[in-house]
Amino acid sequence: MDPECARLLPALCAVLADPRQPVADDTCLEKLLDWFKAVTEAGSSLLLLQENPCLVELLFHVLKPQDLSSRILSFALRLAGTFAAQENCFQYLQQGELLPGLFGEQGPLGAAAWAAPTVRSGWIQGLRSLAQHPSALLFLADSGAVDTIFSLQGDPSLFVASAAGQLLVHVLDLAMRSPAEGCGPAEGHGRPQARDWPACARRIVCHLEDCLCSEATPRVTQALHVLTTAFGHCHGLWTQGLWVQLSPLVARLLEKDPVPAPHALVELLLSVARSSVPSSDPGLWETAAQTLSCLSPMQAGPLAAGILKLQDCPQTLRTHAFGVLLRPLACVLEAAAQAPGIPGLLEGAAGDPMAVDMLPPSKSACVGLLCSTLAHLELLQPLPQRPSPWPQAPLLAAAVTILRFCNGSAAPSSEVGGRLCAMLVGCVRVQRAALDFLGVLSQGLGPRELVTQVFAVLLEYLVSPDSSPTVLKKAFQATLRWLLSSAVPPGCCDLEPRAQLVLGELLAVLQKRLCSPCWEVRDSGLEFLTQMTRRWGGQAGFRQALLASEVPKLTSQLLQDPESYVRASAVAAAGQLSSRGLLAAPSSPEYPAGPQKTPLEELLLVLTTDSEGFPRRAAMRVFTEWLRDGHVATAEDRERFVARVLQAASGDLDWEVRVQGLELALVFLQQLLGARGPGEAPPGALAQALRALCRVQLFEFAFRSLFDCDRPVAQKSCDLLLFLRAKAAPSGSLQEAGDSPDVAPVEAALRRWRAGEQGQPLGELAPEAVLAVLRSMDLEALRDTLAESSDHVERSPQSLLQDMLATVGVLGDNEADCY
Amino acid sequence: MKLYCLSGHPTLPCNVLKFKSTTIMLDCGLDMTSTLNFLPLPLVQSPRLSNLPGWSLKDGNAFLDKELKECSGHVFVDSVPEFCLPETELIDLSTVDVILISNYHCMMALPYITEHTGFTGTVYATEPTVQIGRLLMEELVNFIERVPKAQSASLWKNKDIQRLLPSPLKDAVEVSTWRRCYTMQEVNSALSKIQLVGYSQKIELFGAVQVTPLSSGYALGSSNWIIQSHYEKVSYVSGSSLLTTHPQPMDQASLKNSDVLILTGLTQIPTANPDGMVGEFCSNLALTVRNGGNVLVPCYPSGVIYDLLECLYQYIDSAGLSSIPFYFISPVANSSLEFSQIFAEWLCHNKQTKVYLPEPPFPHAELIQTNKLKHYPSIHGDFSNDFRQPCVVFTGHPSLRFGDVVHFMELWGKSSLNTVIFTEPDFSYLEALAPYQPLAMKCIYCPIDTRLNFIQVSKLLKEVQPLHVVCPEQYTQPPPAQSHRMDLMVDCQPPAMSYRRAEVLALPFKRRYEKIEIMPELADSLVPMEIKPGISLATVSAVLHTKDNKHVLQPPPRPAQPTGGKKRKRASDDIPDCKVLKPLLSGSIPVDQFVQTLEKHGFSDIKVEDTAKGHIVLLQEAETLIQIEEDSTHIICDDDEVLRVRLRDLVLKFLQKF
Repeated sequence: MDPECARLLPALCAVLADPRQPVADDTCLEKLLDWFKAVTEAGSSLLLLQENPCLVELLFHVLKPQDLSSRILSFALRLAGTFAAQENCFQYLQQGELLPGLFGEQGPLGAAAWAAPTVRSGWIQGLRSLAQHPSALLFLADSGAVDTIFSLQGDPSLFVASAAGQLLVHVLDLAMRSPAEGCGPAEGHGRPQARDWPACARRIVCHLEDCLCSEATPRVTQALHVLTTAFGHCHGLWTQGLWVQLSPLVARLLEKDPVPAPHALVELLLSVARSSVPSSDPGLWETAAQTLSCLSPMQAGPLAAGILKLQDCPQTLRTHAFGVLLRPLACVLEAAAQAPGIPGLLEGAAGDPMAVDMLPPSKSACVGLLCSTLAHLELLQPLPQRPSPWPQAPLLAAAVTILRFCNGSAAPSSEVGGRLCAMLVGCVRVQRAALDFLGVLSQGLGPRELVTQVFAVLLEYLVSPDSSPTVLKKAFQATLRWLLSSAVPPGCCDLEPRAQLVLGELLAVLQKRLCSPCWEVRDSGLEFLTQMTRRWGGQAGFRQALLASEVPKLTSQLLQDPESYVRASAVAAAGQLSSRGLLAAPSSPEYPAGPQKTPLEELLLVLTTDSEGFPRRAAMRVFTEWLRDGHVATAEDRERFVARVLQAASGDLDWEVRVQGLELALVFLQQLLGARGPGEAPPGALAQALRALCRVQLFEFAFRSLFDCDRPVAQKSCDLLLFLRAKAAPSGSLQEAGDSPDVAPVEAALRRWRAGEQGQPLGELAPEAVLAVLRSMDLEALRDTLAESSDHVERSPQSLLQDMLATVGVLGDNEADCY
Repeated sequence: MKLYCLSGHPTLPCNVLKFKSTTIMLDCGLDMTSTLNFLPLPLVQSPRLSNLPGWSLKDGNAFLDKELKECSGHVFVDSVPEFCLPETELIDLSTVDVILISNYHCMMALPYITEHTGFTGTVYATEPTVQIGRLLMEELVNFIERVPKAQSASLWKNKDIQRLLPSPLKDAVEVSTWRRCYTMQEVNSALSKIQLVGYSQKIELFGAVQVTPLSSGYALGSSNWIIQSHYEKVSYVSGSSLLTTHPQPMDQASLKNSDVLILTGLTQIPTANPDGMVGEFCSNLALTVRNGGNVLVPCYPSGVIYDLLECLYQYIDSAGLSSIPFYFISPVANSSLEFSQIFAEWLCHNKQTKVYLPEPPFPHAELIQTNKLKHYPSIHGDFSNDFRQPCVVFTGHPSLRFGDVVHFMELWGKSSLNTVIFTEPDFSYLEALAPYQPLAMKCIYCPIDTRLNFIQVSKLLKEVQPLHVVCPEQYTQPPPAQSHRMDLMVDCQPPAMSYRRAEVLALPFKRRYEKIEIMPELADSLVPMEIKPGISLATVSAVLHTKDNKHVLQPPPRPAQPTGGKKRKRASDDIPDCKVLKPLLSGSIPVDQFVQTLEKHGFSDIKVEDTAKGHIVLLQEAETLIQIEEDSTHIICDDDEVLRVRLRDLVLKFLQKF
């Protein structure tokens, strides 16, 4: 601990112990604890306490009956726990009877303060920190704390209850790993037997057994949670013994009707399955299979999905789990009386007979089941361990069918189908889930007629005026994925004839969507257009269809959209269209004969005049891309282009625009001097490049940015100048050419900028002067300073202590004012 | 209680409710879909329409070619359009006491009823309903009267001939009752019978029932009605909306605890969401105008047009359409736009607060001020000078059979640049377009119907919990074209009772109670006796006085004063003197104790038999039988009056007297 902090500490402890001076900010106490934790981790706690007796005094002070705030009490409990984590310090505190006072029955446990959840939580966390050594175990046993922890598991505060469960696991783990009385460590060679477990562990296990046998579901849930944490976090061999001991009780839960705490049970089984238990006890798989059969589809879904994600598990169980997961979709297909020819989802997947009416009767339950099923399958699809064979075709059919149910275009003849239709029609949640899933399925192939159906249903959604903006966005995304996947051969830029057909209809829809009164719709339409153009902008069929439509014209018009997000997307789309030579000159009925602007002028206008940041940022990204790709607008007069853009960007109020400006400058630099990598530029090229950089006033922008009040701008500029310096090399070839350059005006300007006088212009710059300044600057040091987070000064413990004291000082002033 | 159903159109209802002693007509909607069978009435001579070939039978018989014309495979009646009236034969309409109007679309048949059936009652409606209803009627009369047509076809209506005609003429129902439009004089006379009411105002009908209009949220001044007596409540829900548009929101709470809820006027396009449709409307409008085309919106002069103009007000600037002229052409355009601004108290909260700023509640005022929206009574006159294309025209009639819209259809129909956008849901757009085929202009169907959909109905019914629901038969099954959509029907428990045109429905509840008032002086004289904790009884001797369906218990006349003989007889002397009544008995007879008492009094050989209603005590020796039931006790003995009296006194010991 640095001396300054040690000096401040007594005053702070006095403040904390004074009930008349409440600490206003909880986060201060948290930060203080973090700091103590760091200090104790770095050194001896005992020494810390001995050197700073005020700390122990504070802890003793807390013990006195008084009106201390619950926050301070909680803080003291946690602080004591932190100190007592080291065994010698624990002993030290024990000598003073401090620990029993804080954590025993004579402490807050029996006092009125116990009613505050924060005190109970502090008590648990204190013990959690403390329980690190065998002495702590003894202390826990003697003080009766374990019983208190048991009762806190049912605490009305969820935070307290959950922390109590975790503490129990921690204590159990500690006990199992500690040398038990006379038996040696439980963690020995091979799996220890239950009778060899230490007394404390036996007590906890006994408690868990009681809970598992209890008729009260909350108690069962508590036990299951504790076990889930134990198997998830503890990796000792003892966990195997624990499972052997408790698995019959867990299995017995399945015999009850209804099964108590199904979600917690599923979590436990998955936690055990992921632990080292299955290697020693294959009985687990049987329990899992039994659970899959016992639980309702909604409850079993997460278990099935979890099993399928396991790396190593018996094939029969995987098949069973996949069957359970697929069942709701199979029911949907059945209910829709899907045309024959598409194999049923469950054929060969699971042998159990399927009841179509297994779908829940209530709308919310049915919607929840379908959404979670689709989400599970969506996560499963890209995994290497996903079930094989993957029923791509039936899954596609199911997704399409669900979407048809949701938009009312399915015409099921069965009664279940009618019921399902009534439940799903217009349901945005299911629509979104199904569209996401459909998009993911584009990774695989499908039978031709099914893919046709996929495009048909996607078009239905895109066309339908009833599609909500979020659904529409998902429909656009899914369509794009399917278009990408239907390129032949995969990866090629050509569209398949079928996709080409779809494209015509898509552009008609897009045209209408770009005129939508809802800005979200216009926005997602433009994003879709940008991505399509990026992918197929060079393809003749696409170009032809696009140019025949109104879309390019509408895109130009949307540059004036009242919504800034839409303008930003329009800028991106226009940029992309323009780089492919697809952007029409804008003409609206407003200004039918107005002067036609080039795309460059249009976007420059956005950059210089738009009142919102998003469109300006988008314009900068487009310009950078144009420069990188050699867009025709930049190729004609690259220097002039860069100069105009940099001029606009350098004065922008939005730091992201300025960062983008520096990015563009970097691209320009790279184009002049060669891309990144070692090696300096040849002197001739360098001189030429430097002159060009001076002409576009890149240096003024870059130097100014070094002192930008927004750190990312300064960092970017620093990187840029470092790159340039590396390229210019220490050879100093330019310097040799003439006299030493006059760097004084530049340095003077830099000093003023650093001081915050940004108004000062730099004036004309000579390349030589730039190089000289660059070499004289300690850019590396600047980079390191910038790399520190901006609050590194304010975050020091000293400043924390000062802040806390200052707050109290202010309070004192107020008090004086009152009288 | 009976419901007479006079209209088959679920959104243009006309029902008559007989409730207590009153006969109440609920709405009188006019089914105008009949006009779709007629040729349009062009404002300007249309060579195309006048040169349509006459229709002849398959055998070449052309006797109908003057009346029927053929256009693109469809046959139309070349005559003044006629409307399908509500049923007039099912019930004598002169007996209708009152007519309750729920919104301005549901009163278009009013002149037919009030002027031609001997109706002498009163019509109740809110002020905006009457004013806008008048505008709609005025527009209708104007549209039809300004294009006089000499010919009135009637031959085709002959049943034998009608059978030979192609569909849909062949299948048109009740063609003999179809009538030409009423005159302005009839309109004025009908409207003069209306009495204005405000929301939640209670109107007494003959003291028998009370009717109250409630806001229904669908249109300016639109109402649902509560018809209630002291113990019965009937709710009439017609054309309601839960969407936030311009009218005051729907009052749902007052519909609670109804015995019967009559549900009509739900959305005609349950699968179309109004928000989506408005989006569709705007997008298509913008696309057409951007391409240099014109947009035609056939519409009514009031209602959804206000919301559309409001949407466009927000949209046109963003879509770069602010230089495009919007024209609203209707004989009542001016009045409609102005009326909408003055009915502040009938508007939604947002619009009401604007009035206090003060600002016009609807933004179309600003559109008019800035010359973006211009309105004209017809295409003649100023409009032809100002007309600029491309433009957007709102005009009537949505059936495309009369009104200025006919002119624009003829004018713009040939160019594929133009678009007609249907927003009114009342007419099938394909049928409306039939006499204009072949048509090059684009047709977009975005029906905007803000009335309740089935999901909203199901929520509403769950909330207000009526005992019985009555609705048109169309609402009790999915639409024929979407028979699998079980969600597109009224779903409630017990299932809704359905009705169809010309059907009489006995409503499924019986009146059980009637409220009677008791005069204070009579009440004063009562001496209640507590017979059970919490229940006191008193006997009342009074005269029941019934007048104007109100029942009052008055004190009985005093016993006649001993007269001197010379005094003239008073009227009250005619009332017979009240007899001194025997005391009333109450309580029950505990059989076991009764038998013990009998035994004490010397009766022996007593047998007790249980019966369904009570007990029979047999005194075998005395050959006597005492039958004890819940509300009566009989002593049956053979002519032994002494024994009977003895037994009677024993029975009386167990009962309380008062």
